[in-house]
Formats: sequence, structure tokens, C-alpha cells
Amino acid sequence: MLRIIVPIKQVPDMSQVKFDTEEGRVDRSSAAAEINPFDLNALEAAVQIKEKLGGIITTISMGPRQAESALRDALSRGADDTVLLTDRAFAGADTLATSYTLASAIRKLGEFDLIICGEKTVDGDTGQVGPQIAEHLGIPHVAYVSKLEEVGEKLVVVCEMEGERYLIESDFPVLIAVTKDINTPRLPSLRGKLNARKAEIKTWGAEELSSIAEKGRFGTQGSPTRVHRITIPAEEGRKGRIFRDTSDEAIEEITNALYRYKG
Amino acid sequence: MKDYSGLMVFAEQREGRAHPVSYELLGKGREMADKLGVELSSVLLGNQMEEEARELIYYGADKVFLYDNPVFEDFDLLNYKHNITRLVEEVKPEVFLFGATHLGRSLAPRIAVALGTGLTADCTGLDMSEDGGLIQIRPAFSGNILAHIRTKTRPQVATVRYKVMPSMLRDEHRKGEIIKKDVEIVPSLLTILKKEKLGEKSITEAELIVSGGRGLKKAEDFSLLADLAELLGGAVGSSRPPVDDGWISREHQVGFSGNTVKPKVYIACGISGSPQHLAGMRGADVIVSINSDPSAPIFKMADYGIVGDLYEVIPKLIDRIKGESS
Ligand SMILES: Cc1cc2nc3c(=O)[nH]c(=O)nc-3n(C[C@H](O)[C@H](O)[C@H](O)COP(=O)(O)OP(=O)(O)OC[C@H]3O[C@@H](n4cnc5c(N)ncnc54)[C@H](O)[C@@H]3O)c2cc1C
Ligand SMILES: Nc1ncnc2c1ncn2[C@@H]1O[C@H](COP(=O)(O)O)[C@@H](O)[C@H]1O
Repeated sequence: MLRIIVPIKQVPDMSQVKFDTEEGRVDRSSAAAEINPFDLNALEAAVQIKEKLGGIITTISMGPRQAESALRDALSRGADDTVLLTDRAFAGADTLATSYTLASAIRKLGEFDLIICGEKTVDGDTGQVGPQIAEHLGIPHVAYVSKLEEVGEKLVVVCEMEGERYLIESDFPVLIAVTKDINTPRLPSLRGKLNARKAEIKTWGAEELSSIAEKGRFGTQGSPTRVHRITIPAEEGRKGRIFRDTSDEAIEEITNALYRYKG
Repeated sequence: MKDYSGLMVFAEQREGRAHPVSYELLGKGREMADKLGVELSSVLLGNQMEEEARELIYYGADKVFLYDNPVFEDFDLLNYKHNITRLVEEVKPEVFLFGATHLGRSLAPRIAVALGTGLTADCTGLDMSEDGGLIQIRPAFSGNILAHIRTKTRPQVATVRYKVMPSMLRDEHRKGEIIKKDVEIVPSLLTILKKEKLGEKSITEAELIVSGGRGLKKAEDFSLLADLAELLGGAVGSSRPPVDDGWISREHQVGFSGNTVKPKVYIACGISGSPQHLAGMRGADVIVSINSDPSAPIFKMADYGIVGDLYEVIPKLIDRIKGESS
């Protein structure tokens, strides 16, 4: 029976989110919040392992109180237990502080065998938090995992890096970060939804972590990186030779340009 | 913070060859080191890599710290991490750069945590302020904005996208020092059971790319683009929708969540030019657009464009090019 932990983040639906290009600001209220799409793949991978071998899946999320709905969603998709890390002190965290906070909470949860993260979040988009959690916990990790080859005494996974495919074996405990190629996440079940609605969401703040973590390493205070300016990408001037139709002249000129520039 | 000085570049190698992003980072690193009047070093781990270490000097490094050991032949995460972390603690560079490759993005986060310092992912621009502070520029919120990020701890660590920085010209007269370092071996914990090449050449290397988007009607129609690409000696790319639909594999995706490409020529067929797509190809020398909608944003970025049906335009281009070569 495997003890599996899946860190998930609540993010705005990026296809809906409105964006103020003048101010360089994101209007989070303009879009519904959802589970980071890559984390659905992580959760699905956990559920598939559980179905085969048995296990307990704990999802854990750091975020504002509203992130509770993401955790309920995770319960309805097959998670067994949840922890919401929410506290003013956690706000404004970069990846170092985020991973530290998550790792501290994972420590507090006790023994585990496998942590499955998404490849990256669609809003933070760093892919750093997974490997950083592993480093805080002193366990190995494999990123860009596209397939679980074998889960048993050991874990064997396929990972793809720069046009090479690796088959990698690890003991437990280990952390993996999975790509979208690993599976197609299922929809929540009706029974799951009903159970999720009633479930109690465990909520921890800085106080609950104080016995194992240093408060100074949470949130803004624990974050060495800071956005100090936002700019809008500049459009550089291009030749802009646009033909309004598919005339022979257009084909001729474009063919010539292709030969001239392709070297 | 006063003890920290100079810049360091992680030189990633595969099969004994440095990944070209390493040369790009050395090029940018050289520029910034000269601006501040400090040293540029590089760290290389591999098996019998002395020749490659010299290449790093030809491309701009003043010093190369070389870790030569069979354990480094392939990517051994924990041994890489352990030895690089030790080196950084000893040398104390103010800035430490990695390529934002899969390997770099897997390794740099661990090293940053081990050093207790900040890390900025996937930069597309770097600048050095007078006070030695690194300004790290990266696209955020799906490429709609550029965030300028600063790090208050040292070293300032960043991963930098491939193909956004120009490398210097190779110069065999450049002088530098290769310093062989003692290797400390720790348990690997991960075992590579098998390694295989994924045949296809990465589109990041292509000098010419013919890309298709939602303007394509079905998966098979990528063969039309492949015909044109083949005639011109290029590769086939894609916007995200065809990839999401499973019409073409993810390695072909260009854009914010795909590859950044910098070919000499980029031909966008049936692609509207969303900010997320532009984020991956705005660096192309020449952009050609084929789109039936004259108001498509891609035309604003195009050097050449035809307002028309790609199913008409591409066969005509193919005929014309075939006519040329016969
Ligand atoms: C977080 C996030 C990350 C993303 N990452 C990426 C990314 O990495 N890469 C990416 O590409 N997108 C990415 N996207 C998606 C992006 O927002 C756009 O949805 C996508 O780029 C649109 O692709 P398209 O131009 O092919 O399709 P569309 O915008 O639908 O454009 C299709 C174009 O084809 C033209 N057309 C139709 N028929 C023909 C014809 N017969 N001949 C000629 N022209 C024709 C139409 O006029 C239209 O302009 C991302 C989105 C998000 C939210
Ligand atoms: N606030 C968070 N709460 C829980 N998990 C997170 C959080 N941020 C990141 N993660 C996990 O780390 C992965 C990588 O995130 P990122 O580094 O932000 O791209 C995500 O796919 C999640 O699995």
C-alpha cells in the first residue's frame, strides 16, 4: 500500500483570464479558478496507482482559503485526504518559500512513499517547485515523466529530456513531476462529488508548522526573488510586405525571399 | 554578499558534447562580465571532456572547472548537484546561469535550494545593473507580460531559454585556464536502465520552419507542410491546437509552453499569431505568414505575407520551387 502525496495548485483558467495590457495586471476575478491542468495529470497518475496496488492519496495545496474548492475537486476525482495550507504568512511566496512550506507540511504528515507533482503550473510556469520540494526533503526526483513503467518494489519511469528517452529506476521515497503525456485525467464521479461536499478539509497555518519549520522562511519574507517591474513585449518593426491575394507576383516574391533568407 | 563575485555558467553536455545553449550563456556572460570587469567561469561535468573544456574557453570562459569522471557521463542528478553545490560554495559567483533545458530545469532548482538562494525560471533576457544585481526578464502570464525579477540572495541563479542569446564567435586564440576538480561521489539513488534517442531532429535546431495551426483541416494535411519544409531543407512546427488534438507530437510545438525557435525563416500557415505563439518565434530573422484572414495579428509580425487559403498558396509555392530546382 503506497502513501502518495499530490501537491496541487489552484490557478485561474488561463483561456478565460482577462488581462490588462496597459497596467500589466492580471484580473484574477475575470476567470474561474480551477486545478492547475498539469496537476490533474499528477492526480490521475496517483489514482491509477491506487486502483492497481491500493494506497492513500493526500492532496496538499498552498493558497488562499478559496483553494479549498480545488481540494474538494481533487477528492471527487479520487483523492482520500487533503491539507490546505493557508495563512497570511504564506502569501507572496516565490518557489523557494513555496517549496519550503509544502515540504514542511509533507514532513508533518509523516511517512510517505511517493510525491507526484505536475510538470508546471500555468500561472507560475516554472516547474521548479517539484524538484525543490524533493531537495528540501532530501529525496531524489525525476522530472518530465511521461510514463509509469512499473510500480512495485521499486519505481520505474520513462522520462524525456532533449530528444532522449530514459528508463529510470528508483527506490521509494521519490518525487516525480509528470507531463501531460502520462494520461488523460478522468472526470469527477458523482459519488465522489457527494463525498467531497461533506468532507472536512484539514487547514494548517504557520502555527501548525511551527514545530518543524522556521517562520522566516515562509511567504514574502522567505522569498529571495521579487518582481520589480512589468513590461509589455515590444513588437519590433518588420518589413510587412503583405500580398492581398495569391497572385503569381506574390508567389514569385515570396519564393525569392525564401531563397534569399534561408541561406 | 560582498564575498561573491564573477559569473558562472553551467555547461551542459550530452554524449560528450556541450549543448549549444552553454555557448549562448557564455556569450551573454562574457558581455556582462566585461561590463562589470569580473571573471566568467564555467563548470563542466563529464567523462574525458578536456577538449570540450577548451571549447568553452574559445567561446568566452576565463576559467573552466572540470569534473572528469565516468559517473558524469550521463545525467546523474545527485552527483551533479552535490559537486556543483560544493563548487559554488567555494568559488562564490555572484551569478550562476543554467540553460532552461529539461536537464537544467531539473537540476537548477535543487542547487538553488541547497544553496538557499533564489532562482528565476526560463529567462529570455538578462541584464546587469551597476551594483552587480542581475535583472532577470521572463515572460509571465502566458507571454502577455514580461516580468523583471531581482534576487536579493547570492548567487543569483537563473535558467535561460535556448536560442534567445547570441553566442560569441569561436576564437581559438582566447586564453583561459582549465582547473581539474576532485570529484566527490555520493549515492546516485536513481539508475538509468535504458537510454534511447528519439530519432527526430529537434525543431530548435532548424534554420527554416514551416508551421501549421488551426487553419489546417485535418492531421494528414501536415504532410503538405512537410513537403514544403523538405524542399527548403527545413522542419515542421505547430501551434498548440494541433498538438492538443494529437495531430502532431509535442516536440513540434512552438510557443510559450512549447519550444522557443530562432530560425532564419519561419513560415506560419493558418496560425493567427496569439501572444503565446509569438512568444516562441518572435526571434526568427524572417517571418512569412499565410492566412486567409487579413486581420490576423500574425500579419503585424510578418516580413512577408499572403492573405489567402493555405491549401492554395502552399501547393503554388511548392510548384514554383520545384520549377526553380529543375
Ligand atoms: C497558458 C497557455 C499557454 C499556451 N501556449 C501556447 C504555445 O506554446 N503555442 C501556441 O501556439 N499556443 C499556445 N497557447 C494557445 C494560444 O493562446 C492560441 O490559442 C493558439 O496559439 C492558437 O493557435 P492557432 O493560431 O493555430 O489557431 P487560431 O487562433 O484558431 O488561428 C487559426 C488561423 O488560421 C486561419 N485559417 C483558417 N483556415 C485557413 C486556411 N484554409 N488557410 C489559411 N489560413 C486559415 C484563420 O484565419 C486563423 O487566423 C497557449 C495558451 C495558454 C492559455
Ligand atoms: N501553491 C502550491 N500548492 C501546491 N502545489 C504546488 C503549488 N505550487 C506549485 N505546486 C506543485 O509544483 C508543481 C510545479 O509548479 P511550478 O513550479 O509553479 O510550475 C505544480 O504542478 C504542483 O504540483
